[in-house]
Amino acid sequence: MQDVETIKPGYPLFNTDEYQQAFIRKRVFEEAPAKEKLEEVFQWTTTEAYKELNFQREALTINPAKACQPLGAVLCALGFYKTLPYVHGSQGCVAYFRTYFNRHFREPVAAVSDSMTEDAAVFGGQKNMFEGLENSRVMYQPEMIAVSTTCMAEVIGDDLNAFITNAKKDGRVPMDFPTPFAHTPSFVGSHITGWDNMLEGILNYFTLKTMEGKVVGSNGKLNIVTGFESYLGNLRVIKRMLNEMGVAYTFLSDPEEILDTPADGEFRMYAGGTTQDEIKDAPNAIDTLLLQPWQLPKTKKYVQETWNQPASPINIPMGLSWTDDFLMKVSELTGKPIPESLTQERGRLLDMMTDSHTWLHGKRFSVFGDPDFVTGMCQFLMELGAEPLHVLCHNGNKRWAKDITKMLKASPYGQEAEVHAGKDLWHLRSLVFSNKPDFLIGNSYGKFIQRDTLHKGKEYEVPLIRIGFPLFDRHHLHRDTTLGYEGAMYMLKLLVNSVMEKLDQDTMTLGETDYAFDLVR
Amino acid sequence: MAIRQCAIYGKGGIGKSTTTQNLVAGLAAEGKKIMIVGCDPKADSTRLILHAKAQNTIMEMAAEAGTVEDLELDEVLKVGYGGIRCVESGGPEPGVGCAGRGVITAINFLEEEGAYEEDLDFVFYDVLGDVVCGGFAMPIREGKAQEIYIVVSGEMMAMYAANNIAKGICKYASSGKVRLAGLICNSRKTDKESELIEALAAKMGTQMIHFVPRDNVVQRAEIRRMTVIEYDPAAKQAEEYRTLARKIVDNKKFVIPKPLTMDELEELLMEFGIMDEEDESIIGKTAAAEAVLAVA
Repeated sequence: MQDVETIKPGYPLFNTDEYQQAFIRKRVFEEAPAKEKLEEVFQWTTTEAYKELNFQREALTINPAKACQPLGAVLCALGFYKTLPYVHGSQGCVAYFRTYFNRHFREPVAAVSDSMTEDAAVFGGQKNMFEGLENSRVMYQPEMIAVSTTCMAEVIGDDLNAFITNAKKDGRVPMDFPTPFAHTPSFVGSHITGWDNMLEGILNYFTLKTMEGKVVGSNGKLNIVTGFESYLGNLRVIKRMLNEMGVAYTFLSDPEEILDTPADGEFRMYAGGTTQDEIKDAPNAIDTLLLQPWQLPKTKKYVQETWNQPASPINIPMGLSWTDDFLMKVSELTGKPIPESLTQERGRLLDMMTDSHTWLHGKRFSVFGDPDFVTGMCQFLMELGAEPLHVLCHNGNKRWAKDITKMLKASPYGQEAEVHAGKDLWHLRSLVFSNKPDFLIGNSYGKFIQRDTLHKGKEYEVPLIRIGFPLFDRHHLHRDTTLGYEGAMYMLKLLVNSVMEKLDQDTMTLGETDYAFDLVR
Repeated sequence: MAIRQCAIYGKGGIGKSTTTQNLVAGLAAEGKKIMIVGCDPKADSTRLILHAKAQNTIMEMAAEAGTVEDLELDEVLKVGYGGIRCVESGGPEPGVGCAGRGVITAINFLEEEGAYEEDLDFVFYDVLGDVVCGGFAMPIREGKAQEIYIVVSGEMMAMYAANNIAKGICKYASSGKVRLAGLICNSRKTDKESELIEALAAKMGTQMIHFVPRDNVVQRAEIRRMTVIEYDPAAKQAEEYRTLARKIVDNKKFVIPKPLTMDELEELLMEFGIMDEEDESIIGKTAAAEAVLAVA
């Protein structure tokens, strides 16, 4: 029993005999199979034979490594000044988006739903849209409402454009009140698709009809589009580098402040973000750089076809050489030289890489996550002399797979790599059982793979290095940086110290393995 | 010039697909570049153009590939008579799934894959009978079809359906640019059919753009999976379809329809003798009860 004087959390409380007995009775009550049987099945799921069966799966996804479109749409919308993300559809979906972001960013996230229920599923959600828009504007005083959709509204074919226009004609919100929208069915694409769709919707709303008089390059700025970005440090590092170069810029979606409000006694429903004037001025920029190009096909098309900007092709600025490429591209576009401060920062990174390379050379890493992250991560690993092994991207398409395969095969460090697009974490579990990497890089969900591999035996354990989204089970990692030289330094530190941490664990047995339990590494 | 996008609606079995294909063949014969998008799970909107039993549909191919994203345009877009580009959205078997979503998915796919090429003069959507759910209204969303033609005949239920479709159009017309462009009368040889449909059109604020007479050559061509235009261009019926095509090319009368109330519609039908004046005294009376009354 819990004792009020010494309150214990679930662990270790449930280790006490009383609870252990209850667990045994529960197993009996539930007619659970014998532990030996469970173990037998577990062992079977770690075999080659099981892996083959697992890869024949067609209709079932187990432990997806992606989230759904409106989640991305909400994140995108949060990055605009006084903008309320509004999801047309079911309430539960939006509760999920909020908690998902709460757990990752550890911040309150304001997003509303128009709570469609069964009658709306039958009659269509126009009534919900009317009342939802009206209430949201009055209650929360936003200056923009960015509308996306859940599956329910999409299956019944609700037409956002018609509904929103009708709501305005009905006087629910003023005609000139900004209401960009994007259809974001969750059963198509993933959170990165939703981010792209929402941004296209917003750009479309503010610039499509006002292109007259816009001149590419006339405001002398660069537009930066991050795509679905879950690291605050990444927003900050890109800004810092551009500031150091003296380049003026506009982030098209900038949730840096709203996702990092201080605890000073004041609740901010809105903070920071790209303003409407900045969006309207964006077609006048020199160019728009897409930091995660695999995520942003719609934005790219819009920028090229409507704004007539080149949307110069770049890779995600991750690791040494792709940060070089990014900075050189910025320099080329703006005519501003790369300052000494960045050259020095680069030199420091290179210094760190040479300091650590003996520990990382030949180490094998399996990586999962969004397409641009996985590509950038593999590129950086190979720069370090580490070897990508399983490269898994649930929301990567065939073209992505072809592209990264080419990149991997072009390097001596990528020869062993296998690329798996459209596969889930249950596939990945099979992969690491049959061909063990030294480490797994990915989001928090990877911890279950670590647990399972450890259960098979210490020598099978694949430790997880947490880089990606979401990161629920460690605090404040979202504040870190993975882009630019700074991001490369952070990741290098994380990777090399994970190697040493593991080595310490393996060599800590007194009198047996501690001949290698060194003070200096 | 911008692509003109037209959607064809009308009661099931009225001859939408046949009319659409003949009309499109008529346009193609005049050198227009056209795409037909079949929006009906039955997928019979392009067979006369392609001489095929049924075209591989987008949804069918997507189900096979696992996802729409793995589909290529040339797997589903076929070119038939007169260079007409043909696509069928397809959909589930009757009784399962959601055909409306199939239409949304298919049209999104076509847009993303660049099927709406700039050299097209016309896109025609041949849409399943009634606008039963939001999915079947996809072709008339903003930026898609702006002209709607309703195929109708002098039969009562066909006119009911036409009027219902007009109600649906109003919902979209109030927020967007979609307009009713006319009624196409596909004759069933009912009494005073042409006058009746003209009267209906006038009440709805639109026009009967053309009266297509009934002619067996349509069936003869159809057995050969051909349009009349292709099967027998000299036939009188072929000229009817060409006339319809020309009228559509020149059409300028695009309106927000004024659908009739039930009473107004019944009045019209009575005026033309299709419906009798309602005899309130017989309502709810069984045959037996009537027999008793008759004896008395």
